[in-house]
Amino acid sequence: MRYSVFSLLWNGLRGNRDWTPAWRQPEPKPHYDVVIVGGGGHGLATAYYLAKEFGIANVAVLEKNYIGSGNVGRNTTIIRSNYLLPANNPFYELSMKLWEGLEQDFNFNAMVSQRGVLNLYHSDAQRDAFTRRGNAMRLHGVDAELLDREAVRRMVPFLDFDNARFPIKGGLLQRRGGTVRHDAVAWGYARGADSRGIDIIQGCEVTGIRRENGRVTGVETSRGFIGCGKLALAAAGNSSEVARMADLKLPLESHVLQAFVSEGLKPFIDGVVTFGAGHFYVSQSDKGGLVFGGDIDGYNSYAQRGNLATVEHVAEAGKAMIPALSRVRVLRAWGGIMDMSMDGSPIIDRTHIDNLYLNAGWCYGGFKATPASGFCFAHLLARGTPHEKAAAFRLDRFRRGHLLDEKGQGAQPNLH
Amino acid sequence: MASLVPCPHCGSRPKEEFTIKGAALARPAPDADPDSWFHYVYLRENPRGAYEEYWHHTAGCRRWLIVCRDTVTHQVNTSQDAAAAKGQAA
Amino acid sequence: MTSYRLPQGGLIDRGHPLSFTFDGKALQGVQGDSLASALLANGRRLVGRSFKYHRPRGILTSGAAEPNALMTIGSSGRTEPNTRATMQELYAGLEARSQNRWPSLAFDIGALNSLASPFLGAGFYYKTFMWPAPFWEKVYEPFIRKAAGLGRATHEADPDSYDKCWAHCDLLVVGSGPAGLAAALTAGRAGARVIVADEHAMAGGSLLSETAIIGGTPASAFAEACATELRSLPNVTLLTRTTVFGWYDGNVFGAVERVQRHIATLSPSRPVERLWRIVAKGTILATGAEERPLVFGGNDIPGVMMAGAMRTYLNRYAVAPGRTTAIFTANDSGYQLAADLEARGVRVSAIVDPRAAGGATYAGKARVLRDAVVTDAHGGRSLAAIDIRSGSRTDRLKVDALAMSGGFSPVVHLACHRGGRPVWSDEKAGFLPPANFGGLTPAGAARGIDGLAACLDDGARRGANLVATFGFTATPVAFGTVEGDVPVSAPAKTLWSIPGGKGKAFVDYQNDVHRKDLDLAVKEGYGHVELAKRYTTGGMATDQGKLSNVNAIGLLAEARGLSPGAVGTTTFRPFYTPVSFGALAGAHHGEHFQPVRRSPLHGWAARHGAVFVETGLWYRSAWFPRTGEKDWRESVAREVVNVRRNAGLCDVSMLGKIEICGPDAAEFLNRVYCNAFLKLPIGKARYGLMLREDGMIYDDGTTSRLEENRFLMTTTTAYAAGAMNHLEFCAQALWPDLDVRLASVTDQWAQMAIAGPKSRKILQAIIDEDIGDAAFPYLAAHEVSLFGGALHGRLFRISFSGELAYELAIPAAYGDSVAEALMATGRTEGLMPYGVEALSVLRIEKGHVTHNEINGTVVPADLGFGKMVSLAKPDFIGKAMLQREGLAAPDRPRLVGVVPLDPADTFRTGAHILAKNAAATLENDQGYVTSSAHSPHVGSTIGLALVKRGDERHGEEVVVWNGLNGEFTSARLCPPVFFDPSNEKLHA
Repeated sequence: MRYSVFSLLWNGLRGNRDWTPAWRQPEPKPHYDVVIVGGGGHGLATAYYLAKEFGIANVAVLEKNYIGSGNVGRNTTIIRSNYLLPANNPFYELSMKLWEGLEQDFNFNAMVSQRGVLNLYHSDAQRDAFTRRGNAMRLHGVDAELLDREAVRRMVPFLDFDNARFPIKGGLLQRRGGTVRHDAVAWGYARGADSRGIDIIQGCEVTGIRRENGRVTGVETSRGFIGCGKLALAAAGNSSEVARMADLKLPLESHVLQAFVSEGLKPFIDGVVTFGAGHFYVSQSDKGGLVFGGDIDGYNSYAQRGNLATVEHVAEAGKAMIPALSRVRVLRAWGGIMDMSMDGSPIIDRTHIDNLYLNAGWCYGGFKATPASGFCFAHLLARGTPHEKAAAFRLDRFRRGHLLDEKGQGAQPNLH
Repeated sequence: MASLVPCPHCGSRPKEEFTIKGAALARPAPDADPDSWFHYVYLRENPRGAYEEYWHHTAGCRRWLIVCRDTVTHQVNTSQDAAAAKGQAA
Repeated sequence: MTSYRLPQGGLIDRGHPLSFTFDGKALQGVQGDSLASALLANGRRLVGRSFKYHRPRGILTSGAAEPNALMTIGSSGRTEPNTRATMQELYAGLEARSQNRWPSLAFDIGALNSLASPFLGAGFYYKTFMWPAPFWEKVYEPFIRKAAGLGRATHEADPDSYDKCWAHCDLLVVGSGPAGLAAALTAGRAGARVIVADEHAMAGGSLLSETAIIGGTPASAFAEACATELRSLPNVTLLTRTTVFGWYDGNVFGAVERVQRHIATLSPSRPVERLWRIVAKGTILATGAEERPLVFGGNDIPGVMMAGAMRTYLNRYAVAPGRTTAIFTANDSGYQLAADLEARGVRVSAIVDPRAAGGATYAGKARVLRDAVVTDAHGGRSLAAIDIRSGSRTDRLKVDALAMSGGFSPVVHLACHRGGRPVWSDEKAGFLPPANFGGLTPAGAARGIDGLAACLDDGARRGANLVATFGFTATPVAFGTVEGDVPVSAPAKTLWSIPGGKGKAFVDYQNDVHRKDLDLAVKEGYGHVELAKRYTTGGMATDQGKLSNVNAIGLLAEARGLSPGAVGTTTFRPFYTPVSFGALAGAHHGEHFQPVRRSPLHGWAARHGAVFVETGLWYRSAWFPRTGEKDWRESVAREVVNVRRNAGLCDVSMLGKIEICGPDAAEFLNRVYCNAFLKLPIGKARYGLMLREDGMIYDDGTTSRLEENRFLMTTTTAYAAGAMNHLEFCAQALWPDLDVRLASVTDQWAQMAIAGPKSRKILQAIIDEDIGDAAFPYLAAHEVSLFGGALHGRLFRISFSGELAYELAIPAAYGDSVAEALMATGRTEGLMPYGVEALSVLRIEKGHVTHNEINGTVVPADLGFGKMVSLAKPDFIGKAMLQREGLAAPDRPRLVGVVPLDPADTFRTGAHILAKNAAATLENDQGYVTSSAHSPHVGSTIGLALVKRGDERHGEEVVVWNGLNGEFTSARLCPPVFFDPSNEKLHA
């Protein structure tokens, strides 16, 4: 059913009796051209673009839980394309462009809201690093502005400019950055994929990967064997576990990242602001909650829950940045499992095993990447060659020494 | 991850006192082949379940520990001095 | 407005009236009131507006689950939005304001939303606001954002202070109701270290609202006696006003104590809130049970209240709920309420019970309607009547208050914070805490136990059993006979909703999720409990679904044809109730956000007028302005020129300093540095490059051999702590067979650089040994005697500036005096202090790198250090990975110098490099300026840059592109050493 003003009025007047399911609950077929493991944002986006852009609709998305039950449903909803490296920046800008047309494209209001992402700086060294990054963005035609302290003050007057331990000296602003209603992204892609004939199979856990003569031929699942031409892994924090079923060891660690929401408030802060002297960033949802987070807890985890020490660090940095947060109450904390790669950048590539494709290593940048990740993964699956904007996200770059290390932290995931 | 981590030298201490490095893997021999080195530096088992990691009691005894922890329950199973684990007293 | 305060009874002090305001109107309560009870006593029914439809809402509960009575209290920096009136103790002068209404609570324009409600069902916003496309951000969203949210937070800073502490105990008891008190007394009397935490002002929980007699003592007095005994035990800590909000790994509980949230005049010496991190060997979860609302039309009209809450307002606060009351109850608790109401003279018109039998012991006057339900409540801002359906007949009954009780849900929240899932019980018609989930033992109503005597007994026995496992001999405390104990028993049939009503039947009050929303969610494919939550927003309000979630699960189960257990719950996560940023941050904010490190020479620098700059945790002297200098540039240029012409003194104490000792110290260094160290002579310093195992440069510094088996390493300021950790890792985890010891001595030494052509002469005046070039050549490193043997220090002939230079290390406590002595003796030679800004200019002129260049992605060859790498060594950190193809690729960025073609032009660090005439695209990006400064020596801006094949491009004209600042500078690439490339000065 296409959503429109008419459909809304019609159903409203008829007691909302005629709405149809946003997606089917199909039984798995014995064989698909492509099976995607993981019904999160990236898996569903991959399915959607496979059907819509590449005409491949004999596709199943297998989700062990419910769709969007992973990181797409538990992040801080930020989108931005303020990346430094020439291998990353064009990819995230492609994602931003897809975000900008997404709602019209998939006929679902995901509330893409470009209210700006402001990264604060507190020292000359940080300003210089932002100058470098902002210029990389501008060279690619991405919007970036370097604000001085007074310009930041005009935008966000209630930051602690003067008395803080690390006075705010300015910020790097991407006005096209912003937030998106995260669950709606999964739902919009799912609905769009389903309407094009793709089977979204929830409650279907992959338990094995079947190989014959070195080629992947299908997956064992909690709902039986499902054969496939190509197997596409988009399992985020569970990538290592799934890849292990094909005896594949990945350059990934799974780490827990906590995020938080406050009680609902009348408009408090407009855009996204990130602190430069501690781990804290914040935005406000359309519903009124302040959505915020900090750094990963720092240890490997599959538990989707974090530690009190990190909660305290985040609150400390938050109050250091905005003293008025002190009496705001934090409603809920949750944790997502990040597929932290060894250089902080993602992987979209075929593996050395025939028919097995990998999309992983998103660290905590996965949400903003969702459209481009799906688009480029679909391109790789359909055409057999990497999309030009994702051409550097190769699995062999670690072995060959062509690293994509935005932060320069090296092969230690908890530092990225 | 426990909020409290058992240090073999200091007893149970808050997690904030520690620095975590990651997988406790054996460093290859200096002349090992590039593949061994690549595996050591870049590939991780990353299991659901028991996992051995290097933890440093930075704000305590400053010893490097090998902490065996469950990545799902966060239960710490064992914690031993890294040098002692190698049979050395250093 | 009439008073609903009863003339007698209650745990309040009528002799202590308290004035407060609500929406600006002056009202009066008494000591012992909650804000909610005071409002009810004043006849205030309408206290808030709901989130979406702006429905008029009243007080529904008497506790933490309250979804409706949210208010903003306080003013200026003490403004607290969304405060639950039910949890806020009344104090004199309290200012409360209603929320989410305009222009006023009584006349709220937003209530028009109700008229459009057929179009505003679950998830409507996902289906609309998309046309025309630009309207979302320009029109729809700004409007939605304004309309959304509850209270308004202040933008002013909080003037109050917060505190944190750790506590360790044998037994933590969460909740001080019957089960909690019994467990705590049992364990306390046995000698165990016990902490009891309760979120309310008084210990006692449900006992405070109870009319039963325990061992001859009225329940509330019994609670007080228990609390008094607990307080008297030295091994017991009773924390009231303390919410245990989370259960974390290692059996650590987070709790927040509201120390001064109930006080009119705050003591500045105490925190307003205190965060407790409680480490418990075992925990009794005595959190009780939450009464469930019944889902019928108009169940949100002010005047409809939970039965247990009505009983609390009646018995504890002596507030009558109305003049004529009805009770809709699916269990026997409603009959207890009826008896209490009638005993207090409040008329009960009807008890409506959907069961065929029930309330067998009830002997009051109210009409009891069995097999009957309330289908609809009527009224606008206050309840006027209810429709009662009994068989095929529906009658309207005029009442102004309605109590409801749909059953009881154990409060299992904390028990599920570490991954455990609650378990559905058909028998108890509720979710019970997960069994045997490490270290946490539910007791009493929290595990579905029914009845006061049973809960006391359960608490005592479970408490005894638990502390017995820690070695205490405990006897369960017996409290004597309980009179008036009415087990309420699980309802005979669970009613998830009442069919046949016409009005909206609310499931989640605050977020306005009603029965039809859940039906729609199921119909549209969002029937999974997590999807339904996200699609309808049910359970996502500030109460986190405490009242609504179980009903929602029941309704989803009905719609999907499953049992509630098969539907399951959403995930319980901290916080049990919301916790302030202030409490979580404690004292770490403002200037105390991070600790401050000051060098031993900080005082010296301050006396000489230094301007300090934050550098990590350090404050470093940036420059030393002199009168008449118009800006920092002038000061820095003067300092630079003076170093080159005379001499300067710079505080470099912040450099990391690590002593490395032992027979294998040289071998150790040889492995941690990529260059050779085995043969470093005693008394010599050497520049060292430390790599990461991935082959990238990690840090650099000099290391000096003080004795055969004793070295002193310096690291950069930023990496001092990291390098120490790294070295310890290498020594302990990688090569424990090496006999080497490490000690950080950063704080033990004050270190000063004395640089410039006159530095030798100045130093020689205080140093006893000959430091002439022959006796103390470049890279010499020795202990030296000062002031005729009065003091010993270490002298290093090393130079960051390219000048003849030394670094002198002095035991920290003497640093200040020695620096002043040098200033005095050096005055005639023109010695001046210089700061890190001048230091930076000097090192850029000399082409020395810092972490601006060592950016974590460069290998030695990128910075021109390729030949230093000793591949002949059998092993060093980073050796293997350094040899990867990509790290030797010909077009890697390499260090190069940059100067503007026109010396009057300038450029900045962070600008990018483009080939001359190349289009400004990312594809054409050649690299970037890593460091830049105005060089007095060169007479223009100079820069260091990492440019593709930079070392091969000296002389090439390029554009320094800074689109971000609109600056585009024609420049030339050049060798990265602008000063004394042949090192003549260095060796002078």
